[in-house]
Amino acid sequence: MAERPEDLNLPNAVITRIIKEAVSSSGGAKEGAGGKQVLDRQLCLPPVSSQLPDGVNISKEARSAISRAASVFVLYATSCANNFAMKGKRKTLNASDVLSAMEEMEFQRFVTPLKEALEAYRREQKGKKEASEQKKKDKDKKTDSEEQDKSRDEDNDEDEERLEEEEQNEEEEVDN
Amino acid sequence: MAEVVVGKDKCGEQRIVSLPLSRIRVIMKSSPEVSSINQEALVLTAKATELFVQYLATYSYRHGSGKEKKVLTYSDLANTAEESETFQFLTDILPKKILASKYLKMLKEEKGEEDEENDNDNERDHDEAES
Repeated sequence: MAERPEDLNLPNAVITRIIKEAVSSSGGAKEGAGGKQVLDRQLCLPPVSSQLPDGVNISKEARSAISRAASVFVLYATSCANNFAMKGKRKTLNASDVLSAMEEMEFQRFVTPLKEALEAYRREQKGKKEASEQKKKDKDKKTDSEEQDKSRDEDNDEDEERLEEEEQNEEEEVDN
Repeated sequence: MAEVVVGKDKCGEQRIVSLPLSRIRVIMKSSPEVSSINQEALVLTAKATELFVQYLATYSYRHGSGKEKKVLTYSDLANTAEESETFQFLTDILPKKILASKYLKMLKEEKGEEDEENDNDNERDHDEAES
């Protein structure tokens, strides 16, 4: 797949927003630009170091340099994580590979917030899955009624089994 | 309860990660020997990149000279890359800058030394040619 050079860059607007979010004082809900609320951004880092003080500007040059640095970081992290995957004789990079890579790269400070983000992501995925399962059940319920009762019960059992299996699989991944 | 850094996107929904996953994936795939990437690994890499951006910005600001004027400058970043071990992998893409005039001067000086040697040879040849 041929990639143009700009494809390897991250969008400037998002990069700026992330830097600015490090600018505001820590803790508490705050009104960001455009009236959007930005929620508590506790990073579980030592209180002093995580935030730029209010009112700090970032030069354009600095911003694009940080963006380039972020792309390089992704490459470095990926290559490092891939080493761990290969050690485990796996071809697919997984979450624990990324976490190990962070430690290897001496960014241990990221590990705890990353683990929390991972849990939040897994909860979110589970919620989505259950929501769509529920929608499906409701739909079946609406379309056919009487004889569906019997087969629906069977479906529920199958779905529950599948959910459990997938949960087990996720746990196995973490153990890896 | 553990709190995570969240951002809001245009729809006002909470997101765990602000950077676009598709772009992150493109960058990751450009790395040789990487075959496939689990969705969780993708999300974590994106999140780690955000943490990295914040860390680089705050670290550079605190250690740099830009904070006198309350601005984060390129040279703050270049200094960080050079002086901090953690950020050393960035030295190639964040080189320190010198003024163009200084660089041209350096080039001239180097060339000047070469020219002197050449001139000495030329004078000798010239004298020989004339006589």
